[in-house]
Amino acid sequence: MKMHLDEKIWLTLSFGMIMIFMFITGYQAFAYDMEPPSNKDIIDPQKVDQTAPFDKPGITKIGENEYEVVMTLQVFSFNPGNIEVPAGSTVHFTLTSKDVVHGFEVAETNLNAMVMPGHVQKITQKFDKPGTYLVLCNEYCGAGHQMMSTTITVK
Amino acid sequence: MQTAKSKDLKDKANRAMGISKEDALLTKSYIFVAFMAILLGGILGLVQGLNRAGLLELPSWVNYYQVLTAHGLLLVVVLTAFFTIGYFYAGMSHTLGGLLPKVRTMAWIGFGLKIIGFVLAVIPIIMGDASVMYTFYPPMAAAPMFYIGLALIVVGVWMCAFGAFIQVANWRKNHKGQHVPILSYFATGVFVLLFFGSVPVAVEVIVMIIPWSFGWVETINVMVARTLFWAFGHTLVNIWYLTAVSAWYVIVPKIIGGRRWSDTLTRVVIIALVVMNITGGFHHQIVDPGISPSVKFMHVFMSLAIGFPSLMTAWAMFAVFEKTARKQGGKGLIGWYKKMPWGDVRFLAPMIAMIAFIPAGAGGIAQSTNQLDQVVHNTMWIVGHFHLTLGMSVVMTFFGISYWLVPYISKRVLTPQINRLGVIQTWIWTIGMIFMSGSMHAVGLLGSPRRTSFTTYGDNATALSWNPYLLCLAVGGTLLIIGVLLQVYAVINMMFFAPKGETEFPIAEEEENATKTPYWTERWGMWIVIMLLVVAMAYVIPLSEFIVNAPPGSPPFKTW
Repeated sequence: MKMHLDEKIWLTLSFGMIMIFMFITGYQAFAYDMEPPSNKDIIDPQKVDQTAPFDKPGITKIGENEYEVVMTLQVFSFNPGNIEVPAGSTVHFTLTSKDVVHGFEVAETNLNAMVMPGHVQKITQKFDKPGTYLVLCNEYCGAGHQMMSTTITVK
Repeated sequence: MQTAKSKDLKDKANRAMGISKEDALLTKSYIFVAFMAILLGGILGLVQGLNRAGLLELPSWVNYYQVLTAHGLLLVVVLTAFFTIGYFYAGMSHTLGGLLPKVRTMAWIGFGLKIIGFVLAVIPIIMGDASVMYTFYPPMAAAPMFYIGLALIVVGVWMCAFGAFIQVANWRKNHKGQHVPILSYFATGVFVLLFFGSVPVAVEVIVMIIPWSFGWVETINVMVARTLFWAFGHTLVNIWYLTAVSAWYVIVPKIIGGRRWSDTLTRVVIIALVVMNITGGFHHQIVDPGISPSVKFMHVFMSLAIGFPSLMTAWAMFAVFEKTARKQGGKGLIGWYKKMPWGDVRFLAPMIAMIAFIPAGAGGIAQSTNQLDQVVHNTMWIVGHFHLTLGMSVVMTFFGISYWLVPYISKRVLTPQINRLGVIQTWIWTIGMIFMSGSMHAVGLLGSPRRTSFTTYGDNATALSWNPYLLCLAVGGTLLIIGVLLQVYAVINMMFFAPKGETEFPIAEEEENATKTPYWTERWGMWIVIMLLVVAMAYVIPLSEFIVNAPPGSPPFKTW
């Protein structure tokens, strides 16, 4: 195939650019542990209330500045809601849905995960800056989807 | 010498006879439905935009999510399928010497099935029994009629795909050793994708959802359903894109008085897009549970790979523009752009569409990488991205096509008045999209979610800070509806009222000294096998994990 020299340069640059994207993505994911939320545990979506740890949703202190939040998502609420943690704490969220597909997004952070019925999703975030963070469902889940929100207060 | 002569003869015959009445009627019907879908879908879009900005309270009998479901279905399913099929059937009729009667019948059966399917899907939406969105994720369950309608639409599309395969195969049988004409080659690629891309969603709907929504089986595997959906969902949007690309490579060079860029490169781009497309949908699941990070990383690679043929296209297009403009006396490093026919809507609309694809494509690359996706996943940013890619790059190219295709099939001409109207329409659409898509991107980065009616989350300060952007979005939406009205007026005018006359089907010739295209580009059997291997590579592992390591399924829910 006959190709102009400048075309070859362009194609090399294009290919190189995509490879750089790949490299950075992979490096961040595997070297810095910045993998997207990908937990693989499963659960019976109709028996969430009877299955540990979701039989007792809530917030537990598990170490110095470290908390675990076990949360269920259902139309149209987060349980527990209105979470409070001190500034500088690392929070491990363990999430599942009791009905349809929900989104778990905390505005102004990179916390963002899909929560599927039948699957247990896990995601961790460190909250350094004090303030009130808006937690919302970002996957359409029904007529009250726009009301599905709560807050995380960092003091 | 001889081929030049026969080509000349064919051109003359085409000029003398144009498209046959039967083929013209087929395309006209498809295009008419497509533009009616734009009109209805556009009006629904405006309603949503105004509601989302807090400017419009919806009446109690209509729900925001009902409107959103109808808007998505009208524009993403009806408009795409009808425009793409109408356009490529006209292209095949023109470049392959008229449609075979059998093929035409198949396309009409497909037309009927799709219309019936659409009506069946719309009734439950209007009744409020199917506010499940374009993605209809289980375990949200609509009325069974909604899914039966969707299945009929898919079968209708298959009829058209098989019709196209028969048409092309027939031509190849009669033209042994020749290359399929480029526009029909594009059509082949598009119909291959339409067929193979819709197989997963057909399996999802027919095998999984319909029995479950009727209550014959109690539960459904939500992750398998979702994965099958996206194998189709993203392929569909790339099918539009490939359709638009066909006009960029084949039509636009002719309109500006130039020639086509490398025929081999064009065919390689088509093959690459076909082979790599179906797996691209997986990036919709980057933040899903149940998939290991290594599988997700492999999918980042597979999604990003689609960017490569697009970058090749970017090169080819600007090379054609520069070459043509310089031939016409354009000077300077970038001064040549003054020689482009900016006042011709048939050029202006696809040109702006191509320029819009630069930021749109960059946005696509951003969201198919793991960590960036997590920032924007399911926010308004995504909505901004696909209004820029589909609403601007693709739909505006379709608008540009309509200014010669509609007069061509109607045996009428594009008048200077309609051309001027088209230029104004193009600019209104451009400004509207910049406003709307721009503010969507911005507010999405700040965290505003998609698919959500107007809410301040109980006057939350963060949510309140999004309101100015949402107002900006509504301004864009208002400009866009003006654009829709002008465009539909222009199409109706060109279809039924413009002066009679002959309009050319603009297909650019190859360069005079073009190198011969290698024949391996014609081996579709091989490309389809490779495509299936790529699909298997992408989906066998996650799907078998979802099936083997499956949680107990979910019963249906109606949450609206």
